[in-house]
Parts: sequence; structure tokens; C-alpha cells
Amino acid sequence: MIQLRPIYVICLREFIKFFREKSRLLGTLARPVLWLFVVGNGMSSLIKPQAGFSYLQFIFPGMIGMTILFSSIFSSISIVWDREFGFMKEMLVAPISRLSIVIGKAISGTFISVAQAVIILVLIPFLGIQITFMQFIEVVAVAVLVSFCITSMGILIAARLTSFDGFNIIMNFLVMPMLFLSGAMYPVTSMPPALRHLTQINPLTYGIDAFKHILLRNGTPPLGPEFAIVLDLAVVTGISVIMLTLAALSFRRKE
Amino acid sequence: MPIINVNNLSKKFKSLTAVNGISFSVNEGEVFGFLGPNGAGKTTTINILCTLLSPTGGTATIAGHDCVAEPDAVRSAIGLIFQDTTLDTGLTAYENLKFHAYLYNLDRKLAEKRIDEMLEVVELTARKRDLIKNFSGGMKRRLEIARGLLHYPRVLFLDEPTLGLDPQTRSTIWEFINTLRQREKITVFMTTHYMEEAENCGRIAIINNGKIIAEGTPAKLKEMVRGDIVRISTEDDRKAIAEIKGIFNIAARNENGGLFLETERGEEFIPRLIHSLTMKTRSVSLEKPTLNDVFLKLTGRTIRDDVLTDDKEVTREFVRSHRRAQR
Repeated sequence: MIQLRPIYVICLREFIKFFREKSRLLGTLARPVLWLFVVGNGMSSLIKPQAGFSYLQFIFPGMIGMTILFSSIFSSISIVWDREFGFMKEMLVAPISRLSIVIGKAISGTFISVAQAVIILVLIPFLGIQITFMQFIEVVAVAVLVSFCITSMGILIAARLTSFDGFNIIMNFLVMPMLFLSGAMYPVTSMPPALRHLTQINPLTYGIDAFKHILLRNGTPPLGPEFAIVLDLAVVTGISVIMLTLAALSFRRKE
Repeated sequence: MPIINVNNLSKKFKSLTAVNGISFSVNEGEVFGFLGPNGAGKTTTINILCTLLSPTGGTATIAGHDCVAEPDAVRSAIGLIFQDTTLDTGLTAYENLKFHAYLYNLDRKLAEKRIDEMLEVVELTARKRDLIKNFSGGMKRRLEIARGLLHYPRVLFLDEPTLGLDPQTRSTIWEFINTLRQREKITVFMTTHYMEEAENCGRIAIINNGKIIAEGTPAKLKEMVRGDIVRISTEDDRKAIAEIKGIFNIAARNENGGLFLETERGEEFIPRLIHSLTMKTRSVSLEKPTLNDVFLKLTGRTIRDDVLTDDKEVTREFVRSHRRAQR
């Protein structure tokens, strides 16, 4: 059911294309820099540092989450491109299982997101945060988990999108709300109840909270982590499994 | 033992019956063609045979494997060249072929050997490391053919293989296909709505509104329609009409300053005709019926009534390139 060589070559294709498209890499890196230093610095004058952490430091875990969110969605939406331009047919008529295609896409999307998240970490010295090597490893591990979760979700959506026109709808009605309702820019506990409930069903919230646990060690709400780390990891893992299963199932469907 | 066996196959999409109980079989090594206008059910049939669609009724087997029950066995046995290009334009020729080789589980050494071999065949060796986005339409088609043959399929499916290509490229592509076919002894199943292209087939099924309405060799099909038309002009046409009536019992008509008559096997008839006539002949021409005449006779319309399809194709291409540019 799972074939390694097809999975390997599907991943290889995504990596080659990722490194060939310099503009995409630049775009994903420019966005967090803009948020951090323009929005972050602007907001810092309004919000006083609390429990030893400034607003700028507070939004950094959120920026890692944002980078993963955009990168993972973009990777998985490439399935819609593949379908639109016919390349998907090349995979669908090959003697490989649908599950292999889904896994290949999920692994490649995850790796690309993690790579970008790691690149974002070079900004750490500019923020006055210090991390140990162990913390770095923890960030990477959580990044793998969160990237896998969001990529699987993206694949599930992409499997159901019939044309590229749906992409804008996804961006405006799913990706942007997911970013704003994730605790990336403002603490979850300070939100009005309606928004807080939406935030609590967003998997990205828990991913970003896990990053806060690692990077804003000893921080307390509102600017520190707001949920238990065990809950964070359990939610992200659980949703990953559900999303990937649903994605694989929706791929099997044929008319 | 036929390599493709289709029995009473049908496919319904909600209210539309795209394929309506068709049956046919194709023998190993044959070039079998589906000829019909757009929307006749050609692509739907191919999609069922290559396991992309499930039929609503009937059965289809390829190389002894059922297209529904054993999709992987069928997929390994077939190669496909689709109507629209399915190459990744962001990859090089080599990368596209390597991707294919790995999907079909060729080991690395064999893959490298086949890639070089196929690039040689389609004369793209020099462009091995070039990105597909810089390829012309004809080059893309050739590369797709190379890719479709990379895993040595037993049956090659060609869905409108030369759609949108200029006549010269079209004939080059056919030279390739014919050479390859003889060398690799593969069976070819193709669809087309170009009459000239259908002439490349050993056997043709004419499909209209989801049904096969005629089947046979191109020559056989054309014989159904009418005889050949011979046009002849002589020094004394009036006398010639009488002589033709007397000797061959054929009624020739005077038309546009020449004689016009219908007969069977025109190429054999002409020498006899010239030999028999007592006056000198000025010119002779022979007109064979075309597959379009066959289609016209069977359906009451020509196959290219929908000439707009080419424009539609251009529009589709345009929309795509436009979107691509926006990316």
C-alpha cells in the first residue's frame, strides 16, 4: 500500500521545484520579517513587557507558526496546480497507491515548511531571546508536527477543490482567520468569548502555544504559553492523524 | 487473444450517458482508432480503460486484467499520452522522465539507460537538461511519447495525440509512433477527430453519441459510402458518354466542362477507361471517399461540424497560460 520509491520521487520533485523558485522562498521569509519589525515594533509601544517578555518576543513563536501555515498550505495547494495542469494524471495512472501520493505530498510539504521555520530562527538574536541547542531541537521537533498537521489539512482541502478559483476563498476564509485566531498576535485568554472559542478549535493555536513553551520559557499568560504542553502536543498529533486519514480517503474517491 | 477486450461498456454522468454500451476488442500489435467528434465518448472510454474512471456498466480488460478489479496490473501494462500536456513544466526533460521511471518502479540503472534511449528515439538528447517551459508544442509531445514508452507498456493510449500541432509536426510525430510501434511491438489505441490521422490506424471504430456506429479498416469503411469518383475530360465528351455507357454500363455526367462518373476501384478502372475510349483524353483525376464522407453518411453531419473546438482549445490554452503568468 505504501510504496517508498514513488514517495521518494514525489518528495524529490517538490524539493527541486522549491529550490528553483527563489521568489517563493523570498516571499515566505519576507512576511515574518515585515510582521516582526513593522507590526511588532509598532505594537510594542502600546503593550508593556510582562513577566520579562516584550510584545516583539511574544509574537515570535506566532511568526514561526505563520511561516509554517503559509508554507504548508502553499505546498498542499500545489495539488490543485497539478490537477489544473494535468500532472496529477501522470501520478493517478501510475501503478502506485493513492496513499503513496498523499504521503509523498505530506512529507515534502512538511520538510519544506520546517526548512523555512528553521530559517526564521536566524532572527532570534535580533529579538533578545537566547536559546540552547536543546531548545533548537525542540523547536524543530514541534515544527515537524505542526507542519505535518497543516499540510495534511491542506491536502484534504486540495483534494476537494475542483479548480484554482477556490484558492482565494481558502486564503481569505480559512488561512487568514486561522492566523488571526491562533494566539499569534494577541493572547487567547484576552479575546472576547466568541473569538476565543474559535481560537480553541484551531490546531495552529496549540502549535504556536507549544513554540511559546519552548521559546518563552517561564513566561506566564497573557504573553507566555496559555495551555499545558501535553494538551498542545496531543491536539496537534490527533488532528494530524485525522486530517491525513481523511485526505487519503478523499483521494481514493473516483467518479 | 485480444489484448484489449471491452464488453457492453457504459458510463453515465448524472443525466448524460457519455458511453452507451460499446463492445470492441483490439489484437496485440494493432493500431486501433476511435474516430468521432468532440463529446462522442472517446476520452471517457480511454479514462475507463486507464482506470481513471469506473464504468457504470459492462467490463473492460487489458492484457487479461480487469480495469476495475486489478487497476495496478492494468496501469503497469499501459502507457498514456493525454490530450493536454501532463509534463511538469518546472522540471527538466530528464527530471520528468526520471519521475516517471520511479513511479513505475524501474531500478536506477535501468531508468538511466531507458531515459537516454528514449530521448535518443524522440531526438531530444540535446535538450535533456532543459526546462520544459522552454520547449515547443511538438517537443513536449515527443517527450510525452518518450515518457509514455519508458516503462515498455504493452498498450499505448494516445488521446488526440497531435491536437493543436501544425501539420508538419503532426506527421513527424506519426513517423515516431510508427517506428516505435514496429520496434517495440506495442499495441496502439488512439482517439482522434482528424481524418488524416485516423488513416494511420489499422482498424477504426467510429463513435458518435456514446455508441460505436461502424467498425473496420479505413478502406472497408470508405467502401461503405460510395465508389470512387473519376473525372475525365476528352476531345469529344458527348461521344465519350455514349462509349462509357456502352462499354462499362456506367452513366457519366457532364459537369464543369468535364465528365464525372462513379465506380469501384477507380485506380484500376482508369487505365481500362482510357484504353477503351476512341478519342484522346485531356486529363483524368480520381477522388477517393474520405472518412469524413463515411461519418457524414452515417450521422448526417460532418465530423468537423464543431470546428469551434479548435478555437475552444486555443481559448483554454490562453486561459491557462494567463493563469500561469499570474502565479
